[in-house]
Amino acid sequence: MSDHLFSSILELADDHLILGHRLSEWCGHAPTLEEDLSLPNLGLDLLGVATSLYSFASKLDSKCRSDDQLAFGRLEREYKSCLLMEKPNEHFGYTMLKQLYFSTFMEMFWENSLHSKYEDIAAVASKSVKEIAYHIRHSGEWVIRLGDGTKESRNKMLEAIYELHPYTDELFHMSKCSKQCLRDGYLPDRSKLRSSWITRIESIFEEATLPFPTISYFHAGGRDGIHTESMGHLISEMQYLQRAYPGQKW
Amino acid sequence: MVINSKVSTSQSEIWNLISSIPDPEIPCITISDLGIIRGVKSTNNEIVVQLTPTYSGCPAVSAIEIAVRKKLQENGINAKIERVLSPPWTTDWISKDGKDKLKAYGIAPPRRNTNKNKQFFSSETAECPKCSSTDTHMISNFGSTACKAQYSCNSCLEPFELFKCI
Repeated sequence: MSDHLFSSILELADDHLILGHRLSEWCGHAPTLEEDLSLPNLGLDLLGVATSLYSFASKLDSKCRSDDQLAFGRLEREYKSCLLMEKPNEHFGYTMLKQLYFSTFMEMFWENSLHSKYEDIAAVASKSVKEIAYHIRHSGEWVIRLGDGTKESRNKMLEAIYELHPYTDELFHMSKCSKQCLRDGYLPDRSKLRSSWITRIESIFEEATLPFPTISYFHAGGRDGIHTESMGHLISEMQYLQRAYPGQKW
Repeated sequence: MVINSKVSTSQSEIWNLISSIPDPEIPCITISDLGIIRGVKSTNNEIVVQLTPTYSGCPAVSAIEIAVRKKLQENGINAKIERVLSPPWTTDWISKDGKDKLKAYGIAPPRRNTNKNKQFFSSETAECPKCSSTDTHMISNFGSTACKAQYSCNSCLEPFELFKCI
């Protein structure tokens, strides 16, 4: 089939893989036992979606790479994930805010992909849309608790918003390949999801007594493979096994 | 059951062979109770078993595929395992029998998905698998696996797991 579908699926897969990897870093480090269970479980969900997406991409790849080769065999500049995904975990509240931003977006994205003309996308959408509801609830509740919590937790959330919000707009950017996929009826228009995303986040912030920020400059570049300095470090750890033992399987 | 050759194996025999394979993480129920066997096809001497994953990130998926392949190989059948996603698996695919087995095992079975779980600070109502009381509270939205939440019963004080609805 077509290159633009391959590239668009890869964008989506990379978002899930990179954020899923970040969640896996919490394993053994979460503030409570319950959170130590929840964060890797959320990460597993994202890695599961990434696995499906890489297997779809693998079928379309002109270079015939396997799903593992796509996930672990590319160079930094070849990953097309949004910059938000690679941002380091920092503190717990920061991670919760990042998850809320992403999962609120993904729920709308999947809802709008349920009738995709590409059957595989519709299938993964109908599965993910139910799972992501748990992600939103988990992160949303924490953002509310911490925002409307103690002075310290509130300050940490304010700091997280200041740091992360400028990375959210890239979620709504339409790359060249995704515009073509939109015309073909394969994937939804990300840019049209912006206003309802803002409304949803605003209402959660209101409950959390947190201000919705006005951002004058949004960061972007991940979709073009231009990443922040965190990405190289993340990839070097994530790819270690496949680099040291190429083609290794469990 | 004795199966002598691949050619003589019917689809229903294959179905019977694999349906008793237990779920690796919740061994009280079988993969057919879970509703994840989507079909057994035989075309041009090739046998294809179609399985669907439960949760996207369920690590048991690969273990189940290996178990199915092994079980068939033990009976002289080489089958191809195909992973199908559509229609997606939901907890409604678990059989009545499967739900009873979960309860007997101490896991509260999923109720029908009402999609009310989106509300913040609300939780699915769970029925205690020991004393059947609905006076229970959630301890953690995630448990030993992604598909389960941890609850505790206010009536008999039993901690238990709930198989979450999706």
